[in-house]
Amino acid sequence: MLGKTAGSLFWMARYLERSENNARLIDAGFRIALTRSSTARSEWKSILVTAGSNQAYAATGQDYSSAKVVDFMLRDTRNPSSILSVVKQARDNARTARTYLTREVWEAVNTSWMTISALLKRQVRDDDLPDVLSVIRQQSALVRGAWTGTMLRNDGYNFARIGTFLERADNTARILDVKYYLLLPSVAHIGTSIDNVQWETILRSVSAHRAYHWLYGAEISALKIAEFLILYKQMPRSLAFCSQKMVDNIGWLQRGYGEETEAGRMAEALHQKKLAGPIQAIFDGGLHEYITDFLRANAALAQQIERDYRFVE
Amino acid sequence: MQGQGGDTRAPYQEFCEWFNAEEPARIHRKAQQAEAFFRTTGITFNVYGQEDADERLIPFDVVPRIISASEWRRLSRGIEQRVRALNAFLYDIYHRQEILRAGRVPVELISRNEAFLPMMMGMDPPGGVYTHISGTDIVRTGPNEFYVLEDNARTPSGVSYMLENRETMLQMFPELFAKVPVREVSDYPINLLRSLAACAPPMCGGTPTVAVLTPGIHNSAYFEHSFLADQMGAELVEGHDLRVVGGRVAMRTTQGYKPIDVLYRRVDDDFLDPLNFRPDSVLGVPGIWDVYRAGGITIANAPGTGIADDKALYSYMPDIIEFYTGERALLPNVPTWRCSEPEHLREVLDKLPELVVKEVHGSGGYGMLVGPAASKKEIAAFRAKLEANPRNYIAQPTLSLSTVPIFTKAGLAPRHVDLRPFVLMSPAGVTITPGGLTRVAMTKGSLVVNSSQGGGTKDTWVLED
Repeated sequence: MLGKTAGSLFWMARYLERSENNARLIDAGFRIALTRSSTARSEWKSILVTAGSNQAYAATGQDYSSAKVVDFMLRDTRNPSSILSVVKQARDNARTARTYLTREVWEAVNTSWMTISALLKRQVRDDDLPDVLSVIRQQSALVRGAWTGTMLRNDGYNFARIGTFLERADNTARILDVKYYLLLPSVAHIGTSIDNVQWETILRSVSAHRAYHWLYGAEISALKIAEFLILYKQMPRSLAFCSQKMVDNIGWLQRGYGEETEAGRMAEALHQKKLAGPIQAIFDGGLHEYITDFLRANAALAQQIERDYRFVE
Repeated sequence: MQGQGGDTRAPYQEFCEWFNAEEPARIHRKAQQAEAFFRTTGITFNVYGQEDADERLIPFDVVPRIISASEWRRLSRGIEQRVRALNAFLYDIYHRQEILRAGRVPVELISRNEAFLPMMMGMDPPGGVYTHISGTDIVRTGPNEFYVLEDNARTPSGVSYMLENRETMLQMFPELFAKVPVREVSDYPINLLRSLAACAPPMCGGTPTVAVLTPGIHNSAYFEHSFLADQMGAELVEGHDLRVVGGRVAMRTTQGYKPIDVLYRRVDDDFLDPLNFRPDSVLGVPGIWDVYRAGGITIANAPGTGIADDKALYSYMPDIIEFYTGERALLPNVPTWRCSEPEHLREVLDKLPELVVKEVHGSGGYGMLVGPAASKKEIAAFRAKLEANPRNYIAQPTLSLSTVPIFTKAGLAPRHVDLRPFVLMSPAGVTITPGGLTRVAMTKGSLVVNSSQGGGTKDTWVLED
């Protein structure tokens, strides 16, 4: 297949994943803003940092009020990561890769763009926000369903999957990066009452607050949350899960093409070295440093894939 | 749909029986579904000069345009004759120029033609084919009376509408196709692939690799480019995916550069090769021309075929057909005044309010005058343009185009239509898909069917014998 097409599939998947992640971040931020107005502003700021949009937001000169941040994250075209921008980008990439998509997938992506851009024509009122976010989530579920049900499991499939997991790992790591201070054992030791709302925000931003309690019961500890998000292999947004998938998908590409690549080696190394655990070792080595390292390695892997598979000249 | 005296024309008989038994409300509902279907499928186009505007839908009308088996036989024979003559003409112009020597076509028509490519002189395109894909615009003016309005030999568009219109009709009214025996159009993409592959260049080894070259997702016809590539199972490439590697034009794949044998290009000649044609173009492939000359790639349609699209040349088509086939044209031309000739110009200026005047190189329905529909002021303005640069125009009588019904809120209403059948040519022969694209002027009385001017489309049925 064309390198450009592989790149478009990769980016289409990344943008689709990003729109879903950002919808989840908005949801988490909105909840915290409703329940504790006193810290809402700093929460919104950290959510913007997580979404990688804080610089763009600061450039608009607006304050960190709920309505303004939500509008910026949903529909501001000055924000390249707003849901509207991201869904548009996903659709443009799908159009470029149109010949590699089934009719079902293309129509799902196109419909999702039409539905979401119609929904976001005007500013969304607070009481409509949960509905709007739920439509956005539904739309990505439709795309995912069409994708899983109809796509050939060929090279194009693998490029898109790699995009999905790379973006997802990036997102989970960013959440940890912004909130790492809450997870530091020193804070927990100091013995201030564990901030349940904060924990919940973290878990909600990865749609896993229920799953966590299923696994760990009522006990909320920094160590456990970090373990869950970083090392827990059955959690579909954990770093270990995502990196395993990247290893698998690049592996299939390598076998299909009969050619080993540097990207394959890097993915393997990332998985082996960074995600072997145990969690205590990660804490001992410094959680913040660990996450920074992971984000850097993840980004380097993305660049290597782009080079090895000739997305651009 | 109706002949003289108001009785239903024979080909429409079965359709009418079905239609009369249907609830208008149901058809109306279906028509709205069709629009939603076109939107989700993404069958939209961008209007040039409105970059920021939303993608637009071409209006679709649910009443099919129906052509009888005998009408189609006559049409397709005439079209085949015409396309063969055009191809022979192109070969001749780029070789010995017998027709110019014989004085049947004036030399200036070629020498002053911007689409003429001197670098094609003496060049033999693979398989001897220039017009791999063409579209012949036809109008019907009365029972068994057809005229050819225009030949499209560059990169005629609209074939995806022909296919998707049928698909839509099949989805909306499946029962109708059980009642009326309509000929299939769905094998067009596979015929296109076969036809292109049959023109593989000398350097091709094995199964030819075919690719479609598009200017990109912002082009107004991008939907069609991706649609055709998808249906053929061919790669859809842009200029930046291609480069010349080892004497072949090759595309950048995930595993390195792979040579292309046949390039179905949907960009104009000017944008093919920045080294040899237009240096400012970013769309093309530097050096593709040299590969073409050396027999390393087939370009479809061949560079330089645009001379056959010229509206001044059009008026010579009956002579061209006779010159190369020894037969009279089976399908007549619309009588045409060439404004470059003083007597013709005088005549045209005399009866401007009755005529249709077109730019020689124009397309898309832009820059034309429809005399009977124009105001006095518009006619006066056009008269000035015509006098200032007569060579730029041709004029034709306003034909009493036949109408076919469209479905409106108030029921069926007559509208003017034309027809563009699509023709494939390869060394193996000429293939014409039964039917084509019917374009319809959606406004009452209008004669302009171009989509850029608000025209719509219909499914076109050719009946089985």
